[in-house]
Amino acid sequence: MKEIKYTITDPLGIHARPAGQLVKAASAYKDSDIKITVNGKTVDAKRIMGVMQLGAKQGHSLVIAINGGDEEAAAAGLEKFLKENL
Amino acid sequence: MIQGTGRPVFSGVAIGRAYIYKKEQASLPTSCGDAAVEQQKFEEAKAAAVEQLQALVEETTERLGEEQAMILDVQMMMLDDLDYLESIEAMIKNGASAAEAVKETGDTFSAAFAAMDDAYMQARAVDVKDVSSRVVTILCGGKVGFSMEEPGILVAEDLTPSETVQMPKDKILAFVTRQGSSNSHTAILARIMGLPALVKTQINVDDDIDGKLMIVDGFEGTYYIDPDEETVAAMKEKQRNAQEYQRELETYRGKESVTKNGQKIKLYANIGNPSDVEHVLKGDAEGVGLLRSEFLYLGREDYPTEDELFEAYRKVVEGLEGRPLVIRTLDIGADKQADYFELDKEENPALGLRGIRICIRRPKVFRTQMRAIYRASALGPVGVMFPMIASVWEVRKVREMCEEIRREMQEEGIAIGSVEHGIMVETPAAAVISEQLAKEVDFFSVGTNDLTQYTLAVDRQNPNLEEFYDAHHPALLELLRMVAANAHKAGIWCGICGELGADLSMTETFLEMGYDELSVSPTRVLELRKKVCESEVTSK
Repeated sequence: MKEIKYTITDPLGIHARPAGQLVKAASAYKDSDIKITVNGKTVDAKRIMGVMQLGAKQGHSLVIAINGGDEEAAAAGLEKFLKENL
Repeated sequence: MIQGTGRPVFSGVAIGRAYIYKKEQASLPTSCGDAAVEQQKFEEAKAAAVEQLQALVEETTERLGEEQAMILDVQMMMLDDLDYLESIEAMIKNGASAAEAVKETGDTFSAAFAAMDDAYMQARAVDVKDVSSRVVTILCGGKVGFSMEEPGILVAEDLTPSETVQMPKDKILAFVTRQGSSNSHTAILARIMGLPALVKTQINVDDDIDGKLMIVDGFEGTYYIDPDEETVAAMKEKQRNAQEYQRELETYRGKESVTKNGQKIKLYANIGNPSDVEHVLKGDAEGVGLLRSEFLYLGREDYPTEDELFEAYRKVVEGLEGRPLVIRTLDIGADKQADYFELDKEENPALGLRGIRICIRRPKVFRTQMRAIYRASALGPVGVMFPMIASVWEVRKVREMCEEIRREMQEEGIAIGSVEHGIMVETPAAAVISEQLAKEVDFFSVGTNDLTQYTLAVDRQNPNLEEFYDAHHPALLELLRMVAANAHKAGIWCGICGELGADLSMTETFLEMGYDELSVSPTRVLELRKKVCESEVTSK
């Protein structure tokens, strides 16, 4: 299992556009189960409704847990995504 | 000929065919009894919905920009969300029809978004509903979308934001809705587009009007269906005159508002929403003299956060590109309230706990708003004004509160611009003691609507009292004169932001009194400038 910790710096938090991008990015890793936890709430990173309902805002820290065949690639890819977009 | 009336939200005359816009109201089909068949129907409808959305995205990006297109993109992703799909599948297995399952699931997810404590995410509830009803409409055999073959007048119950996005805007000549209010999405859109519009009409949104000739008179607030020749001729004449006048006004765009004798006055706009900024620029206002800040507090379930308020103010400041902005702090009261304020019901809300009184009683609410205003002031010229002031101690109290908030923000290292602090003069008391009040603040802005109602003791919401509500009453004019004189004696500026400011028969009187600023609906600025430029009066 791989784990990424990240604190959101984007002033708008995970609003609709980044939520969509995040789900698309996560969905690219078909062999891994990817979960996001924010403020004690955990959702599947490949499901947009859940990701949007996290209500993650600037300053919130999120933890992404990745399990599966392509977890190495997923961890690297998602970490890069977070830094660039959130 | 059918004739009716409504509340006009934008003036002008439109003549064209009526287009009835109706949401599909068909009752949902029940299950055929075979879950597998229903599931298959759903899959097909979903594919059709995605196809429609894709077409819409392409069109929208071009016409309305990426932001709107992105919302549709998110809607498409919602259709692929496994939580959403699993819910539908489970309902179909339990005997629901495809349409019922999609409707029910859409409502459930939409409710979850509506319950979030974030205005932005709450608004996404509409997206879930929108995309679900698209699928449902397909399942019911209807086509989603509305088209107008030729320019015409749109007649509807009311329009949601997502519906207005899909409207063929280049074909709409006017809006007529049965419901809605001056702040409904239809009204906002009409103002932005500068189209005649009536809301709260008694029009019957029915197919038999569809395609008939219709006239909307946005000056009078009347509409005619199947008008007789005489009416058509009269309205055509009115339309020509209006267009001619508009062209004449355009020559005043970009000009300075100065009388023939060289007296200058600033013509600002009153707005109620960040999206109105577009209109400020279109109307050629020189700034915003009144941003009503209630919009972020109404129609929601909890107080807006500092960040939400800041974001809204930031949009306005940035949109104004250096033009000054005056934000009026929250003017909420028992007649215009949000449930979460938990205000007691009052016998007489106009004289009740409202305006600055609430802010003094609830320092936390005030603090959140002031912090957001101060943060926005770092980005451009921002002033703030306090409503419903009647006494000197109230001004001292709020200025003390402001000082403390500024100090605390400075300690946190937050950038703040130089903010002018002013008050609304809208109680007779404030006008009478304006000499003392002028020493406490940086400017006055006279709210003539309330000042008239309080001075004359006439309820302005009561239509039966119309003949007693005299905005030109000598008592009121005397107060206006006093306020301007006292402001100038203390070396501060004064303006008018009530409806009277746009009254062209009063413009010269205001110039004589020496008012420095008039703040009016953005669409009234050009005609006011024309009046000023043609005037020869001088302040006494």
